[in-house]
Amino acid sequence: MAEFNKADFKGVWIVAEHRHGVLHNVSYELLGKGREIADQLKVELAAVLMGDGITPLASQLVAAGADKVYVVDNPMLKYFDDEAYAGVLAQLAEQFKPEIIWTGATAVGRAFFPRVSIKLNAGLTADCTAFELDFEKRDIMQIRPAFGGNLMAKIVTPERRPQMSTARYKVFKALAMDANRKGEIVKPEIKFDSIKVRAKMTDFIQELETTINIAEADVIVSGGRGVGSGDNFKIIRDLAQAINGAVGASRAAVDSGWVPYSHQVGQTGKTVSPKLYIACGISGAIQHMAGMQGSDVILAINKDAEAPIFSIAKLGIVGDLFEIVPALTERIKKG
Amino acid sequence: MNYFFTDEEQMIIETSREIAQKKIKPVREHYDAEGIFPWDMVKEMANAGLCGLYIPEEYGGMSPKGSKGIMQLVLATEEMSKVCGGIALSNAASALGTFPILLGATEAQKKKYLPDVASGKKLAAFGLTEAGAGSDAGAMRTTAVKKGNKYILNGTKQWITNGFEAETYTVFAMTDKSKGARGCSCFIVEKGTPGFTFGKKENKMGIRASATTELIFQDCEVPEENLVGGKEGTGFIIAVGTLNHSRPGVAAQALGIAAGALDESLAYARQREQFGQKISGFQAVQHMLAIMAVEVEAARSLVYAVSRSVDAGATDFAKDSAFCKYYASEVAMKVTTNAVQIFGGYGYMKEYPVEKMMRDAKITQIYEGTSQIQLNEIAAKLIKESAQKKK
Amino acid sequence: MDIVVCVKQVPDTTDIKVDPETGTLKRETAGTTMNPFDMYAVEEGLRLKEKLGGKVTVVTMGPPMAKEMLKIAIAMGVDEAVLLSDRALAGSDTWATSYAVAQMCKKLGYNMILFGKQAIDGDTAQVGPSVAEYLDIPCVTWVKKVREVSETEITVERMMEDGVDVVKATLPVALTVVKEINEPRLESLKGKMRAKKYEVPTWSLADVNGDPAMVGLKNSPTRVAKSWSPERKFGKAEMIDGADAAEKADKVFNRVKDLGFIK
Repeated sequence: MAEFNKADFKGVWIVAEHRHGVLHNVSYELLGKGREIADQLKVELAAVLMGDGITPLASQLVAAGADKVYVVDNPMLKYFDDEAYAGVLAQLAEQFKPEIIWTGATAVGRAFFPRVSIKLNAGLTADCTAFELDFEKRDIMQIRPAFGGNLMAKIVTPERRPQMSTARYKVFKALAMDANRKGEIVKPEIKFDSIKVRAKMTDFIQELETTINIAEADVIVSGGRGVGSGDNFKIIRDLAQAINGAVGASRAAVDSGWVPYSHQVGQTGKTVSPKLYIACGISGAIQHMAGMQGSDVILAINKDAEAPIFSIAKLGIVGDLFEIVPALTERIKKG
Repeated sequence: MNYFFTDEEQMIIETSREIAQKKIKPVREHYDAEGIFPWDMVKEMANAGLCGLYIPEEYGGMSPKGSKGIMQLVLATEEMSKVCGGIALSNAASALGTFPILLGATEAQKKKYLPDVASGKKLAAFGLTEAGAGSDAGAMRTTAVKKGNKYILNGTKQWITNGFEAETYTVFAMTDKSKGARGCSCFIVEKGTPGFTFGKKENKMGIRASATTELIFQDCEVPEENLVGGKEGTGFIIAVGTLNHSRPGVAAQALGIAAGALDESLAYARQREQFGQKISGFQAVQHMLAIMAVEVEAARSLVYAVSRSVDAGATDFAKDSAFCKYYASEVAMKVTTNAVQIFGGYGYMKEYPVEKMMRDAKITQIYEGTSQIQLNEIAAKLIKESAQKKK
Repeated sequence: MDIVVCVKQVPDTTDIKVDPETGTLKRETAGTTMNPFDMYAVEEGLRLKEKLGGKVTVVTMGPPMAKEMLKIAIAMGVDEAVLLSDRALAGSDTWATSYAVAQMCKKLGYNMILFGKQAIDGDTAQVGPSVAEYLDIPCVTWVKKVREVSETEITVERMMEDGVDVVKATLPVALTVVKEINEPRLESLKGKMRAKKYEVPTWSLADVNGDPAMVGLKNSPTRVAKSWSPERKFGKAEMIDGADAAEKADKVFNRVKDLGFIK
């Protein structure tokens, strides 16, 4: 490994994510946190924007807090191809030497950041939920859950730079957009001919079911074994619709084939942290609770007063969900 | 009770239990309600290697050298029947249909038909019963008339388990009516043979996942090389031998149903509260559970003992085989009835599995020889043995 | 087709118990098993072999006791299993682990390398793409379906948050698979019997030509500075009572409204 000096690396970078021409909220959220850390370190906060025809999005990143935006606008980056994105980011990092690089812990971020970390001999910490700065050492403490949320770990990258992390969305606060903010937009040279792309995206199929992505929802109404059948899930969907939330499910409901896997909340499904989580007929297996205990308010509806779910719920109703859920739906509709 | 299972037996139990718990349990209610054949479950059994437990290795099975593999079949059937006696039957009934080949077929016939059954690619079925010839197999009316190098089969078999779903049928027909039982022969008839069709599928009380149909033979031409053993007149001996071998399997199905009902009852009694306490705290319930457990264990001991005896080479085991079939099926009916009783009103509802277990248990007292026929056979043997001793 | 499936030994979550006093995980009660997501990778490996022929080898890096976990894959029907076990590897982070696993794959030879999407203990999802980078091969993450595959090319569906990307890659390739891709088979009786007798070969770091300066706690870029059990809001929920469903619904509606969720 080449001789290197920690002090040679300066600046905080946020790699912006966009899908289908729209910037992902997590990019704004990370700019918010990045601004705070960059100000403490007295360094520049930069965004990296890669894609095809995406230059117009750069100004939004400035408005959200970036001092500088590195824009790589190239047809080769039209779709998300891991090798292309990893190759470009590695070249940029080698050239400009940031000390911190963050991106969202999305399907995209978690796929290509590992490749970059290997190229840069850098440490990478996945799915962080908090960052704390050790100002003396200029080390960033990367805090993340493991064991499906049953364990928290504070990870540090003491000897290497950049310090790379993917960060969970909906944990950091975006700054208010300020169209008057000034920022520099740079278009660095990239050696595209040195980047091999052997896995290419050829098509995109939008998920047919037009449900809100549960990982991003503010309100989730989840059904478990107690719902009893796929047909009965209608009452869960009705409540979700009335309260403008997404439909979630426990593993038991998914394994029984009542709801597709994409709705599964828990250790082997998605980890969610909505503002309100309504658990209907979910007893509260540890694997399920691991995936939703970060919710601000949990409302549990269960016929068994002893169900473990009540131990983490803020609000509880003991009773027949087939009576209570429709009644609640009606009540919400009445306003 | 510790039965000192061999490693292989232990693996059979674990494999079958895993299929039962992970695959069969989630779908048993569906198959029972719809009355459709559980092909996906048969596939699971086939993939796991449970379809050839009683078939020798040289024909693709797993029965240990020097053993008939009855114990292996019994263990698998018991474990799967704990969860669903109907779904478990698809494999057990295939064994019943295969025993005539194992017991009486020529080497060429074995080589041709056993590997596909052993791998689970094909199921077998046993075609003996007729409308007028149930327990009285001598009254059989299906005939097979030799014509050139073929036999022409005519007649109708009734209540054939795995009917339509199986590919390989062992069918009994009279080749010479004047000889009575000695005029009966056994044939291997493949599904799709012209003149071989299926009658209506029965709508049953229990084991509803199992298919039961008529087999209809109308001038059905069966090649002479499909005459089991290549010799006419051996059908009755093959049928009796088959039933003697298969009865431990039916007994295992009954045992499994009973053991499953006991498990459900224990779990329910420990959870259901009345008068401010779990019902498992009431002596009335405790005694019911204890008696159920004793009966299940007694049935198990008898089934295992007979199976191990048959596997070890016992020759005259018709009475033993009847013992275990009779006892286990009586226990199954009694234990499942009591399980429903312990569940009370819930036990009578389809939301809970014990009412299905009670429906499934009933058939074990009826098919492959009713309990009364078992008692007849036992009594006849007892009297004969006693008479011989006096000599 | 030479298929290598990389698996990890993890605590058995069905065994995980929570201390009711503290709400923390009782680690000592947990047994170990194969990472559930890796079961899907093993199954997919077996299916690809059934389609294309070849050989499936399952590998892991870990302590000697991980051999038992590899036997699960043998019982499911894979051809061989190998354990990489070396004191020098202790404390490796994903960067270092990926290096060691890549060295293993190099030694074995491969056309395809399969991973579960992530391990349920670390939850990082980093080893798959990192191994691919070390080996300089393409990687497709979150694969939910293999559409077409030949000796030279593969087309897969990649599960994203908003739908499915269709991705075409050349072989050799690494794939990380999600739960939707298949349903893992159960261990077969024949497989179990083979597993019982199977001796899992154990390789050292030297056996895979591994550089000791690339692995272990000391050489890992990241360190765990601290770990702790998160505070849980364990306690008793505020129970909403009422004469009937409508009354309960009304009360809870007002509470939820007070919290500001219903506009």
